[in-house]
Amino acid sequence: MSTATTPTAYNYKVVRQFAIMTVVWGIVGMALGVFIAAQLVWPQLSFDLPWLSFGRLRPLHTNAVIFAFGGCALMATSYYVVQRTSQARIFSDGLAAFTFWGWQAVIVLAVITLPMGMTSTKEYAELEWPIDILIALVWVSYGVVFFGTIMKRKMKHIYVGNWFYGAFIITVAILHIVNSAAMPVSLFKSYSAYAGATDAMVQWWYGHNAVGFFLTAGFLGMMYYFVPKQANRPIYSYRLSIVHFWALIALYIWAGPHHLHYTALPDWAQSLGMVMSLILLAPSWGGMINGMMTLSGAWHKLRTDPILRFLVVALAFYGMSTFEGPMMAIKTVNALSHYTDWTIGHVHAGALGWVAMISIGALYHMIPKLFGREQMYSVGLINAHFWLATIGTVLYIVSMWVNGITQGLMWRAVNVDGTLTYSFVEALEASHPGFVVRMIGGAFFLIGMLAMAYNVWRTVRQSESAEAEAAAQMV
Amino acid sequence: MDINTLRGIATIFAMVAFIGIVIWAYSSYKKKDFDEAANLPFADEENDEKTAREQHDTRSNDK
Repeated sequence: MSTATTPTAYNYKVVRQFAIMTVVWGIVGMALGVFIAAQLVWPQLSFDLPWLSFGRLRPLHTNAVIFAFGGCALMATSYYVVQRTSQARIFSDGLAAFTFWGWQAVIVLAVITLPMGMTSTKEYAELEWPIDILIALVWVSYGVVFFGTIMKRKMKHIYVGNWFYGAFIITVAILHIVNSAAMPVSLFKSYSAYAGATDAMVQWWYGHNAVGFFLTAGFLGMMYYFVPKQANRPIYSYRLSIVHFWALIALYIWAGPHHLHYTALPDWAQSLGMVMSLILLAPSWGGMINGMMTLSGAWHKLRTDPILRFLVVALAFYGMSTFEGPMMAIKTVNALSHYTDWTIGHVHAGALGWVAMISIGALYHMIPKLFGREQMYSVGLINAHFWLATIGTVLYIVSMWVNGITQGLMWRAVNVDGTLTYSFVEALEASHPGFVVRMIGGAFFLIGMLAMAYNVWRTVRQSESAEAEAAAQMV
Repeated sequence: MDINTLRGIATIFAMVAFIGIVIWAYSSYKKKDFDEAANLPFADEENDEKTAREQHDTRSNDK
């Protein structure tokens, strides 16, 4: 891009690259999800091939949707937001390009190593140690680019969205480096530096804060920019956003033990995790209300603007899943829900309803601007995508609620003589209809992403290079 | 000193810090700064877009 040399332009090249790859990895990751959902309906779909087995593809699905789709969405939007709210070009074009190519390399390595069965077995941190080192290098570079741009800013204030992005970048660096500490025994095999219950606690301190900072704080940064922008009015309360920020980052870090209820983790740590998870409801809803109320007086825009609808429904799902989460962290509720499909439903209420929908809305807002177009190629297709995504998410969540409660109740049922009423396979059989509905819901969501890919492709193709260049100019 | 005294102090410190942040955020002397900051997403727009929004936006900014 020839604009790269003029200091009066934003670096949109790296934003465009990440934005396009968000759509690509979204389709790959969600297609994998639908495939493994189909495997649960028809187990023969593994074809008895080890690299197609559920146990190897499931971590590939989670890595692809969280780190490839979600990661690219966060990097695209954070580079866009930090440049535009700072009115400064990105700190280093070269380092920014390294974060793009380095991150794509990490994803490609995941696609190769996970189906081969190379895994550290830590959930959401399965990649082996050489890839972990690459992730750490890319992530630190990302931090340098982001904070370097903030240092260059021409504006007095640092916009609250950038606070959230900044907290997400710093915390994820710490989480990744601490949790990935391991002793390599070969190029492709390592063992955790921690042992026993400590290892479990470090893992879920990482795991829950991957939810709290990667999937929450980062996407809240997105929300604080794109909701006001699309609604064309400033955030409802900037004061609330400051309290929201400090309360959220101070509380999330304590909630990890709720993943280890009724395990070897000391009882007091489990109770602490439960109480902190319950308190977490307050900042979560504070942020949700702040985003929603930004629309007060502009609710009519939802009738005509499917992009705004994506953003607002994302906030609604965020509110729902951050209510559900604390409830599930209560030990007595967890005794029923843990290890059942309810957990998977809860995760997808957040992942599909919140993370994916807010990203999709942000991309539909951002992509035309990146390529110098008035709007997306087809607003009708955005609307179709919105309904596919919403219906898909609802089917997914409801089927997993039904399955989860069924499983929890069947597993705990005992006869008068103390023996179990149901064998495990009876609970599995009862789950089959739910597995079918879940697969259909996932397929709906995936079809929506395919509609998005077509829409993005047509929008980019309409764009002339002069238009795209002009779009990157600072006002 | 007993470790539990330290824990108690840490809890009180966290509470005081939180109350401090709330008072700071809601104090009136910061209002102008926060209004400026809240408008940063719109600061790089073309001027005609900006006036269109300001005319449309009749809400008070006292929240």
